[in-house]
Amino acid sequence: MIWVNAVLQGVLLGGLYALFACGLSLMFGVMKVINLAHGDLAVVAAYTALGVVAVTHLPAVWSFVLVVPIFAALGYVVQRTLIQAALNRSVLTTLLVTFGLSVVIENSLLQFLSANSHSLNIGSLVSDSFSIGSQITIAYLDLAIFVIAVAVLLGLQHFLSATKHGRLIRAVADDREAAQLAGADYRHIFGIAAAIAFATVAFAGLAFGMYSSFDPTIGTDQLLLFAFEAVVIGGLGSLWGTLVGGIMLGVVQQVGAQVSSTDQILAGQLFFLLVLVIRPQGITSRRRTA
Amino acid sequence: MPDAAGTALLELSGVTKSFGRVVVADNLSLRLGAGDIVGIVGPNGAGKTSLFGLIAGDLAPESGVIRLGGAEVTRLDPAARCRLGIGRTYQVPRPFGGMTVFENVLVAVQQGAGLRRRASYAAAVGVLDRTGLSGEANSPAERLGLLQRKRLELARALASGPRLLLLDEVAGGLTDLEVEQLIGVVRSIRTEGIAIIWIEHVVRALTAAVERLLCLAGGSFVGDGTPAAVLADPAVREVFLGTEVTTSLSGPPAAESGREGA
Repeated sequence: MIWVNAVLQGVLLGGLYALFACGLSLMFGVMKVINLAHGDLAVVAAYTALGVVAVTHLPAVWSFVLVVPIFAALGYVVQRTLIQAALNRSVLTTLLVTFGLSVVIENSLLQFLSANSHSLNIGSLVSDSFSIGSQITIAYLDLAIFVIAVAVLLGLQHFLSATKHGRLIRAVADDREAAQLAGADYRHIFGIAAAIAFATVAFAGLAFGMYSSFDPTIGTDQLLLFAFEAVVIGGLGSLWGTLVGGIMLGVVQQVGAQVSSTDQILAGQLFFLLVLVIRPQGITSRRRTA
Repeated sequence: MPDAAGTALLELSGVTKSFGRVVVADNLSLRLGAGDIVGIVGPNGAGKTSLFGLIAGDLAPESGVIRLGGAEVTRLDPAARCRLGIGRTYQVPRPFGGMTVFENVLVAVQQGAGLRRRASYAAAVGVLDRTGLSGEANSPAERLGLLQRKRLELARALASGPRLLLLDEVAGGLTDLEVEQLIGVVRSIRTEGIAIIWIEHVVRALTAAVERLLCLAGGSFVGDGTPAAVLADPAVREVFLGTEVTTSLSGPPAAESGREGA
């Protein structure tokens, strides 16, 4: 039963990883931008929530009402200015620019907000749980984060497959030049995709801030890495794959932690390497014939 | 022909573009009236596809001015030019593979022609009907064969509501019967007053449909007139010496690979 519990906890944690990863996957899929500042953005979202709570006295749980739209707007602006300017030079330049952004964010946070760790105070919700049998305990918060993550991914899937702007995002991702010849302003579409990516990472950052403590360096040290691993394990290009990748990473980490509590992250990374060696296109991807 | 007021639908004046030492457009000038249909022939590397790139906005000229309906478009990007009424097909079809045929066309109807909701669905259905793709509306575009891909390329360009349609080798690789059908579609497009510039190696497809033929070589026009006159022109014959003026309906498949000069 201990193992069943570990797997269950892993599945729940995997939802959070998938939420982290979907924005990374979207930005790569649509504009071929690997956003190295992705993890730091999640941390900034969590800090922003701290600020929102301090100013408005809203319960932390409701901070997303402000933080997520702010990040969506931020995503659009950053894409249309900084990232687009980098894209106009080359795709490689975007790596440098987002890396620079990551360094700037991390050091600004250290400079102005210190290296102390914080967490979003959600009262007793952080520890409330229910039990199944004697050895399986599920925290309401973990369950809620998982449900929200799945809901966000389903919503995103629906948006991409069934709405006008979703269709445009797919068209631009498929062939930017052909989309332009059909009258689509790809820069605007890129902006929308980035807005979605930033909004989802803000969601993920808030969930993480409630789930665990955070500090300025955790964005690059852990979050970006986990998001990357989830995307690569699941296979690029599908949200469904991202969810599967996140869940597999979560399960492997939790099972690893069950073996030895210090091996949680190592287990995840070994699994990531294994997938890279055995199935580099990811678990859910078909091998693409170019 | 240019209308009474002297405003041409499309006007290129002094357009020059080169890639390194290769000049693909050498001080090109061209005027086209609303509803005109013009064919362009020329050897590989003559700058035909580059000319389309310059008109559609994929390529920026080094000098010269391009006007559509009297308004300068030289510095506009392809999306803006599309919305102003320039539709273009690619020589090698480039459908959005992961999307259905209907969605491919819908994107162009909504973005290019600016239609919304029901009006856009109806317009997309109409375009699919005209191009013979109704039966494939819900097929993923990546599963289509060559003929259907060529038709989709035409459908998507048509769906953007063009005043000027640029056709790049749409007949290449098709059978005689398919070319006949294509000529029928092109003629029907023309009856709506849409001007057409058609690049084609299958010269008989062109002569059956166009009133004016231009021959492009080395980035310059060496012939301009009725198809019969241009094909009889010694300068044009010189250009084609030893190369392909294909007079059979089913000419060799497009020999130019990819986007020339790019």
